Amino acid sequence: MLEVVDLAKSHVAGRPLFAGVCLRMMPGEVVAIVGESGSGKSTLLNCVAGLESVDAGELRLDGIGLITLDEDAFARLRREKYGFVFQAFHVLPHLTLAQNVALPLWLLGQSERAADASARAMLGRVGLAERAGDWPRNLSGGELQRVAIARALVHGPRLVLADEPTGNLDPELAGGVLDLMCERVRVAGAMAIIVTHSAQAASRADRVLRLTRDGLAGAA
Amino acid sequence: MKLGVALRVFVASLARRRLATVLSVLAIALGVALGLAVNIIHASALDEFGRGMRLLAGESDLQAVGPRGGFDDAVYVRLAQAPEVEQVSPVLEIEARLVGREGSLRLYGIDVFRVAGTTPRLLPRSDEDTGRLAILEPDRVFLSAAARATLGLETGDVLQVLSGLEQRRFIVSGGVPAAGRGEAFGVLDIAAAQDGFGRVGTLTRVDLRLAPGVSVAAARERLSALLPAGVELITPDEGVDQAAGLSRAYRVNMSMLAAIALLTGGFLVFSAQWLAVVRRRALFAFLRALGMTRGELVRGLVLEGAVVGLVGGVIGVGLAHVFAAAAFALVGADLGAGLLSASEPQASFRVLPATLHLALGIVIGAFGAWLPAREAARRAPARALRAGDEVEAWRGRPRSGPAAICVVLAVAACFVPPIAGLPLAGYAAVALVLAAVVLVLPTVVALVARVLSISSDAVARLARSRLSAAPGQAVVAGAGVVASVALAVAMAVMVSSFRVSLDDWLLRVLPADVYVRASPSAQSGFLPSAAVGRVASLAQVASVTSLRYDTVRADDGGPPMTLIARPAENGAALPLVAQMNVDGSTVWLSEAAADLLGVAPGERVTLPLAGSAHEFTVGGVWRDYARQHGAIVIELEEWRRITGDERTNDLGVQFAPGVAADEGRAAILAALHGAPVELSDPARIRATSLEIFDRTFLVTWLMEAVAVAIGLFGIVTTFAALSLSRAAEFGVLRHLGLERRRIGSLLAAEGGVTALAGVTAGVAGGFAIAAILIYVINRQSFHWSMDPAVPWAMIGAFALALVVLAALAARLAGARAMRRDAVLAVKEDW
Repeated sequence: MLEVVDLAKSHVAGRPLFAGVCLRMMPGEVVAIVGESGSGKSTLLNCVAGLESVDAGELRLDGIGLITLDEDAFARLRREKYGFVFQAFHVLPHLTLAQNVALPLWLLGQSERAADASARAMLGRVGLAERAGDWPRNLSGGELQRVAIARALVHGPRLVLADEPTGNLDPELAGGVLDLMCERVRVAGAMAIIVTHSAQAASRADRVLRLTRDGLAGAA
Repeated sequence: MKLGVALRVFVASLARRRLATVLSVLAIALGVALGLAVNIIHASALDEFGRGMRLLAGESDLQAVGPRGGFDDAVYVRLAQAPEVEQVSPVLEIEARLVGREGSLRLYGIDVFRVAGTTPRLLPRSDEDTGRLAILEPDRVFLSAAARATLGLETGDVLQVLSGLEQRRFIVSGGVPAAGRGEAFGVLDIAAAQDGFGRVGTLTRVDLRLAPGVSVAAARERLSALLPAGVELITPDEGVDQAAGLSRAYRVNMSMLAAIALLTGGFLVFSAQWLAVVRRRALFAFLRALGMTRGELVRGLVLEGAVVGLVGGVIGVGLAHVFAAAAFALVGADLGAGLLSASEPQASFRVLPATLHLALGIVIGAFGAWLPAREAARRAPARALRAGDEVEAWRGRPRSGPAAICVVLAVAACFVPPIAGLPLAGYAAVALVLAAVVLVLPTVVALVARVLSISSDAVARLARSRLSAAPGQAVVAGAGVVASVALAVAMAVMVSSFRVSLDDWLLRVLPADVYVRASPSAQSGFLPSAAVGRVASLAQVASVTSLRYDTVRADDGGPPMTLIARPAENGAALPLVAQMNVDGSTVWLSEAAADLLGVAPGERVTLPLAGSAHEFTVGGVWRDYARQHGAIVIELEEWRRITGDERTNDLGVQFAPGVAADEGRAAILAALHGAPVELSDPARIRATSLEIFDRTFLVTWLMEAVAVAIGLFGIVTTFAALSLSRAAEFGVLRHLGLERRRIGSLLAAEGGVTALAGVTAGVAGGFAIAAILIYVINRQSFHWSMDPAVPWAMIGAFALALVVLAALAARLAGARAMRRDAVLAVKEDW
């Protein structure tokens, strides 16, 4: 379970970005966060990931308090419990698709053979089993994002954070990718927060919340 | 494309990547500086040396020269009577051993009435109170200003020198006004010199001025018939060339070392340019889309490299003069090799070599930029604009075919004989080996990257995956390391082999308990046979071995070779490398003498001794590290029979069993009645020789250190640029849970493995180059053979240090990327 209590964050200049952000998520739940550009959606995601500090508030994942963790401890926690999907895919060009997907398992210390088997299985679930040994340069945008989703889920994370996951995809492709991601998250009993401008993307979520300066509110 | 556009689009980028540009400029500057400094140092030393020799040759057209021991003065009379000769002047040159102080002073015995016609600069001038004809008095000497200053002698003081074991005293009576700055010598009457040094009836040189209208070639042909065997006619310039030729191979070797440092600088430009090209691939694609042709793109990028070369070259030319001045002050004009004894050379600016080295810097810079430029031009613009295209530039294909061709050509070059006395094909073989190791580097990287399999750590896997998928990255980073390591290892093996062989050789050639000498062999001290007899008859002495040194002109046109008369025990007393049982008159040639005369054991050789030609059979070839111009050993008894010369230069003494060294030495000194002889302990000679050897190679080590430092610059610049261009990758890894410090570990692992691959290839190449140095270049340059000896511990420590340093350098170079915000990093597309 993810608990966000009264989270506040200011700009570097001291101007408040958001405050009083509260969120409680249960396993298998997908939440979409929408809002104006500059409202702090990505910043909120980064705060939840421990990649940006917060000014006030509480963060707990499965009962673990996150605010007091130092940088290395948070990195270790991310390794185990987080998955990420980026707008620009960020599939590493010098790794094969299987290696890209196995990356989180490598970081968890899994043996190469076991990691490879898990990665190939996960690639199969996103429809890329035949291309496990291929290089990213030979893939289309949609295929790359499916690889990124496989990488985000392969290690069984508790929380998947997706920042504009379909921003670089055409609407038809984007729908398929989102369906795949949400399905995999729910099957795994994980949670996902999707930050998006896209109504199509938001429609795949169980809840859609709008971020304003005063916190999160249910969107219309 | 206009120059202004080229400067704004291409050259201006140099200012934006300051670290890479500064290091590239520095690398080129160091390479140019080393090459030009070696050139300046040797040119200045040779100029000074040649000036001194020409001063002493004066206005003579030809000089009759013979062995060091001299020749019959009847030669002078015959030449003086020849119609081709207008002026003739006899000279007896003596390297007079000083009494009461170290060293010697060169004395010229001249005929004051003749010398003005051929060598006016040797004319002495009496001081006011000594009388104009003082030169004719037997106990007078005239010293050049430099000699007076060095010896601290003034008019009226006494110069004491040694003749045999006898002391000779000369009153300083004036100067030699025309002597050059720094030229220390003395002049005395020739009769006084002959009489005072036991050389009556002997000359060492006759200076000739030819009659008007007589050509040098014609005169040489006709006058040569008047000369006895072993005496030949040379022009003063030939004399300078012969002396300069002795150091030529050494000079060329030093220049080649500097060239490798410059080449390593070229590799650094290559690395920096390649990285810059990869980072700007989208810009180039955009420019191509706007209509820039492939040719314009190549020219623009090559211009960048040329500008780096130009700036580096200009700085290098300036640095070269600083280096040269420092070298003159610290190790002397011959860089510690002991081959030239120029007095006070100056590091003067010379337009031609400076321009040539500047041009070389520009060419190396442009050449380093050419391959990356070609790669940039080859890439299709649409492809280059795609994300992830960067890794394509690092793919690096193994080039086993071209590498194999280089190896075959290198092997073939090793069998090519020297060209103009220089091992040019050997140097080409070195370049081919370097090319081969750089070409196989991608394969080596892939193999070496497997060492990371021993660790299951994610960082090791990431590094291995990166290096396996993009070995080109390691090639770009490690090319400089390969070149510098190959050079350093080659020199380490060669120097170690040389040192071990030299040490063995010293043990072989110095078997006695103590050596007695009145002066070094070229000087005026010697042991008369009576003195030798007194030492031999001592109860403390088991046996003595007399050695007599002279020179012999056995090779037409070449410098004189050393002739060593000693008991040879049918070659058993010599460090032979080849031999044959022969009968009759036998000589044993040093490797240099055998090479220069082109003879082998069992073949015949004619030597001019005591004015007539004598035939000998070559009984063997021996190793001699002391005389690069050749040495010939003849049985002492045979020498004495032919020449009647009973004198001894060095006397090896073996003490009787149970005699302590101090007791034996005291007995020898007593037997010689306290004569100013030097008793040399072979262990001390050995230690001194090895000390000189180490000093000689000091400059070499310094130059190599520079090359290795430049190679490490390559690692720094590559990883600094790579870590910036891989910021997004590192951002993703940090999102996925890799700690910030482990990004540094990743870079260190990649840097270490890159260096390990470079070191592995470099060490392999270094062993190959060492073999070329030992068996081809040294053999052809100096005629020295040596037994290979590999300093494993030193090479291992060096390799380990380099890998660790490279890992640290890569880690430090990536510090900026590690500090970067992971959130911002993933915002960038790639």
